[in-house]
Amino acid sequence: MVKLKINDKEIAVPEGTTILEAAREMGVHIPTLCYHPKLRPLGHCRLCLVEVKGAAKPVAACETPALEGMEVFTDTPRVREMRKGILELLIATHPVNGCYTCDRSGNCELQNFVYAQGLTECTFSTDTYRYPVVKDNPFIVRDYEKCILCGRCVQVCREVQLNFALNMVNKGFKTKIAPVANGEEAASTESPCVFCGQCVQVCPVGALVEKSSRYKVREWELKKVRSVCSYCGVGCNLELYVKDGKVVKVRGYDNPAVNNGWLCVKGRFGFDYIHSPERLQQPLIRVGERGEGKFREATWDEALDLVAENLRRIRDEYGGDSLGILCSAKCTNEENYLLQKLTRGVLGTNNIDHCARL
Amino acid sequence: MTNSIQDIGQADCILVIGSNTTENHPIIGQKVKQAVRRGARLIVADPREIELSRWATLWLRQKPGSDLALINGLLNVIVKEGLYDREFIASRTEGFEELKEAVSRYTPDKVAEITGVPAEDIIKAARLYASGPRSAILYAMGITQHISGTANVMALANLAMACGMLGKEGAGVNPLRGQSNVQGACDMGGLPNVYPGYQPVTDAAVREKFARAWGIAPEKLSPSNGLTLMEMMQAAEEGRLRGMYILGENPVLSDPDAAHVEKALRKLDFLVVQDIFLTETARFADVVLPGAAFAEKEGTFTNTERRVQLLHKAIDPPGGARADWQIIAEIIRRLGFPANYNSPAEIMAEIAQVTPSYAGINYKRLEGQGLQWPCPAPDHPGTPVLHQEKFNRGLGKFHVVDYVLPDEEPDEEYPYIFTTGRLLYHYHTVISRKSKGLEEICPEPVAEINPQDAESLGIGDGERVELISRRGRVQVKAWVTNRVPRGVVFMTFHFWEAAANLLTNPALDPVAKIPEYKVCAVKVRKL
Repeated sequence: MVKLKINDKEIAVPEGTTILEAAREMGVHIPTLCYHPKLRPLGHCRLCLVEVKGAAKPVAACETPALEGMEVFTDTPRVREMRKGILELLIATHPVNGCYTCDRSGNCELQNFVYAQGLTECTFSTDTYRYPVVKDNPFIVRDYEKCILCGRCVQVCREVQLNFALNMVNKGFKTKIAPVANGEEAASTESPCVFCGQCVQVCPVGALVEKSSRYKVREWELKKVRSVCSYCGVGCNLELYVKDGKVVKVRGYDNPAVNNGWLCVKGRFGFDYIHSPERLQQPLIRVGERGEGKFREATWDEALDLVAENLRRIRDEYGGDSLGILCSAKCTNEENYLLQKLTRGVLGTNNIDHCARL
Repeated sequence: MTNSIQDIGQADCILVIGSNTTENHPIIGQKVKQAVRRGARLIVADPREIELSRWATLWLRQKPGSDLALINGLLNVIVKEGLYDREFIASRTEGFEELKEAVSRYTPDKVAEITGVPAEDIIKAARLYASGPRSAILYAMGITQHISGTANVMALANLAMACGMLGKEGAGVNPLRGQSNVQGACDMGGLPNVYPGYQPVTDAAVREKFARAWGIAPEKLSPSNGLTLMEMMQAAEEGRLRGMYILGENPVLSDPDAAHVEKALRKLDFLVVQDIFLTETARFADVVLPGAAFAEKEGTFTNTERRVQLLHKAIDPPGGARADWQIIAEIIRRLGFPANYNSPAEIMAEIAQVTPSYAGINYKRLEGQGLQWPCPAPDHPGTPVLHQEKFNRGLGKFHVVDYVLPDEEPDEEYPYIFTTGRLLYHYHTVISRKSKGLEEICPEPVAEINPQDAESLGIGDGERVELISRRGRVQVKAWVTNRVPRGVVFMTFHFWEAAANLLTNPALDPVAKIPEYKVCAVKVRKL
């Protein structure tokens, strides 16, 4: 353990703890933008600058380890002045008017911070290099105007997903983050990107957003419902974002025991099958030859009676073992339990199976 | 899985065999890559060049269907070099002497001949795995979908037991289950030989217990094992099975030898299909019942590490569709049997009452991180690692298992090995194909063909070919790639347009009745 003082208060933290982590443990707020609790600190944005007694220059709290005897000051006039300057530089290159139409408005880390600082004007005017919005894939839109070059997306791809699909390219005003293939900027579909969307999930602003919900929903209109992914057997936890009875987007839910909040392309972007116009909406009864695929719509009563009647008839005439039931690896435990109860308890057979082997 | 997903983070060595993890279980794939970055050593055994091959300390490219020889080869080295865990073997297992004797035949040179893996790599892999100290095995359908599937899994268990790699964190024998609730469907007795919690149907005491819980006479419950899926199809074709009720499954595309399945379904007297889409299978039904998707109902799924997790209802099912549990309960009632459940939570209460491994599970307890079975009591924390003190049967038994050739080997007429699997952007046969983005990025099937084979057949990348097996033929675009070795053609089974399962061999593992999807013989013709 090391002992240090933050704003004159003493705290003991394990070795290797950063100043930022120590401060957060004490409940001292240090603003951050590029820092993400699941990623190694980047030290890019400089918003977390703090003063350390005896140090010539302020240091980034996110990447500076807490040391024995250190005295840290997080809210001095100098720190406040610097933070304001950094923030002004950030918004000088960020389309503040863009908040009107930004998907992240209401849940944007930059917007929240500007609001918290009460920043109403920007004393800098800069030339920014304008890159067009990139929509080169079915899942993710990259809006360069909103990008603050924090580097989280690059980091999450390198550290968590480990596909190394993103990097900073160009220099100076022309710096941008782009998909890369063999060290060169490339279309995302040509890069090693697997469209997991971890980058979208960690983007603090509206630079990376889900294509399917872009311009369709405001943050405050959404109801979030926790669930489990319907694809493979890993059982990733997720949150369904619901508006007007429709799931409009999906984000990972942070269950550290399972997926740590991360998802894959199917879990994050493949949910829209539930709103397919091809979904069955009414019971159907066959009218044509078997296999012809011709049906008429029926009421539930009619369909359920027909099912019960035929199951009963076959059971009574030929015995339960002349019936076969397939339950489902995509249905719930409760549903599978009920179906085996129907099979064994009501139909009197053990002819039940599912595609576990396939 | 004997162990937990989180555990992979603690492994010193990971053996991935028959699992294309980054595509089929991407979040576990991510964990494997993170482990390698942290310093874990990775052994990948796969005939195809998968993403993890590039992360591997050692990539063993065994010939499809030769896994058992490879695993026995690893054991041979472990025995010969004395790398096994004497204490674990002495205190926790039995039958090691027989195993020692049996694997002595699998010398690295002989195994190299069978598998195509260089002898020195077999020796290296054995040393890496045995030296641990924590070595985890991850496997999937590449191990199980063979006529020797059960034996393959037993061989992996032998390997883990011999090296003491069970019952501790960061180790284990870990099957990666392919579907969201395939573990739960098995746990809930969706199998022809067991009641929920793997209680045998042949056990009179078990039947007695269920009869009492369900309020029926014990003699109403059948004492004999039922038919497996493949056997049902056979029985339907022969007229022994007259009616079927299929919930959320699409056997027309997902079963081997698809033409056979269609024929079987046509012969049925009555077929009801309950699904969310009019699937290829539903088209054969007399009655189709519209069910609900995962976001439209309450319930639980059990994941690959035995973790029971809650699904909350986010939206209503479309139109007149209903939650599947409500539909099934309604059919039970119409057959004159009580089924008065107000919610899935009430069904779970009944499950807990009759299923010892789920006895401590209730909805209130599931709100946090979920619970891993066995969870035998309401105050039991769940079980992240199985077999910690002892095995289910007491001592772990080494089973002597021998390599057998696949059911169908390439010959002059059908000279290529055909193998199947999934890819990242699709899942099985239905839902991913109804997703706009997934369809856009991956709209059509391809057959992976090695460049040398393509050259000898005069096939260019992207050209159309016909694959022909003894059972059927499909036409598909060729992807000329080194992902597959010479002599092997790979296809996914997601696409009805080129249904790989028209070609596959329905030969079954004698115990698990799993079809040999991973090996059959085909010929390739340029179109």
